[in-house]
Amino acid sequence: MSEIPHDLKYTKSHEWVRKNSDGSMTIGISAHAQELMGDMVYIELPEAGAELEAGNDCAVVESVKAASDVYAPVSGEVLEVNEALNDNPEIVNKDPYGDGWMFRIQPSEEEQWEELIDADDYEAMIASEES
Amino acid sequence: MGHRTPLYDKHVEMGAKMVDFGGWDMPLHYGSQIEEHHCVRKDAGMFDVSHMTIMDIKGAATRDLFRLLLANNVDKLKEAGKALYSCMLNSEGGILDDLIVYYMDENWFRVVSNAATHDKDLAWINKAAGEMGGITVTERSDLAMIAVQGPNAREKTFLALGDGVRDSAANLKPFYAAKIGELFIATTGYTGEDGFEIMLPGKAAPFTWQMLADAGVAPIGLGARDTLRLEAGMALYGSDMNEQTNPLETGLGWTVAWEPQDRRFIGRDALEFAKTKGLNKKLVGLVLQDKGVLRRHQVLSCNSKGEGEITSGGFSPTLGKSIALAQVPVSVELNSACQVDIRGKRVEAKVVKYPFVRLGKSCLD
Repeated sequence: MSEIPHDLKYTKSHEWVRKNSDGSMTIGISAHAQELMGDMVYIELPEAGAELEAGNDCAVVESVKAASDVYAPVSGEVLEVNEALNDNPEIVNKDPYGDGWMFRIQPSEEEQWEELIDADDYEAMIASEES
Repeated sequence: MGHRTPLYDKHVEMGAKMVDFGGWDMPLHYGSQIEEHHCVRKDAGMFDVSHMTIMDIKGAATRDLFRLLLANNVDKLKEAGKALYSCMLNSEGGILDDLIVYYMDENWFRVVSNAATHDKDLAWINKAAGEMGGITVTERSDLAMIAVQGPNAREKTFLALGDGVRDSAANLKPFYAAKIGELFIATTGYTGEDGFEIMLPGKAAPFTWQMLADAGVAPIGLGARDTLRLEAGMALYGSDMNEQTNPLETGLGWTVAWEPQDRRFIGRDALEFAKTKGLNKKLVGLVLQDKGVLRRHQVLSCNSKGEGEITSGGFSPTLGKSIALAQVPVSVELNSACQVDIRGKRVEAKVVKYPFVRLGKSCLD
């Protein structure tokens, strides 16, 4: 299994969240999620400026296998989306925690960060899914 | 644990992601499905298709049996090694399975049919053979099958298997086979590329697979097999056809042999009746004009002509866009526009002829 970065937090639906120094948060899907889905072929991102509510679907990833919703891990306004994914969705497969980020959000409820899953618990969660 | 082919350990050793496929543990991909797809279109790849059913049917009445069971005409098979693609129908004209029958000699025909229909096919064929008498049906689960496909498939197969195979197989025309010792090599396939399907003893499969790998043939999973056959416009049993559809509605009318008229194959009466009554549906190709991915069971609206349903869909790596096969009302015209409901959103698609890709090249205008 691939290494799970410890500076990130996670959700049950396999998104990851990075807290940036300016208070914004960057969101993507985990290495485990992209591995389950296989090669990505199309990614539909939210629009910059959109207001997201934690737990609601806000993007779609389509792989060779299936379409899957991405859920907003926290509430807030979308500041920026990763336009590179429009033409090269496979970046999500190659570098899920780096260049494969999906969008950046200005969180409206800071305390939601605390409710996210930390790396150790996320690792335990996917280990129990696999067994 | 599912059934395992003789190549199971090879797949695991080569890093395959194994999945359940109709009760068989089969490789989905060995890393990247899209790279595997391109490899078959541009070079050479190999598939383990040992899960498919191989039957040897022997006896003086075997030809008569196939005259009855197959919608295509077995009398097209006159030379050793010639192959025929056909549907096997029930009495309502519905498709029980699609299969390939090879002519070995006048008292011996070999059938390759789908894995998912294994029990049903065997029961159906055994019942008809029993009624006819003097026929033996032997399942060849001792055999493995490897498909080697791609523009360089022939050359790399000869490199791996030697000059004996080259001498016997180099001049085979499409849809022919040669028996070389314990190998049976056919110029059939399911990708729209040149290449071979090789039947061989299961115990010889792992080292043959390794020799092919050493000759530069990449292992390809069932994921890419599906996108390759979709691009090639080849129908998949269970998706594009089933017992509720007849060959005329699923683009397989060309496989139904109406002549001679006195060959009363099973399902013929129903097909004739359906033709007289007028068909309601047909199979067409779709190319998505917007972004997104067409998938099986999505519903499309063909303007005033009514609704259709996608029977196979996906992303075409060769074309870089999504394509599909769809069953639509017969009045739908080529090049017309339709709207597909993708997860509640209506997106534009164009009705086209298929195949979409043949021998590595796009067939679209």
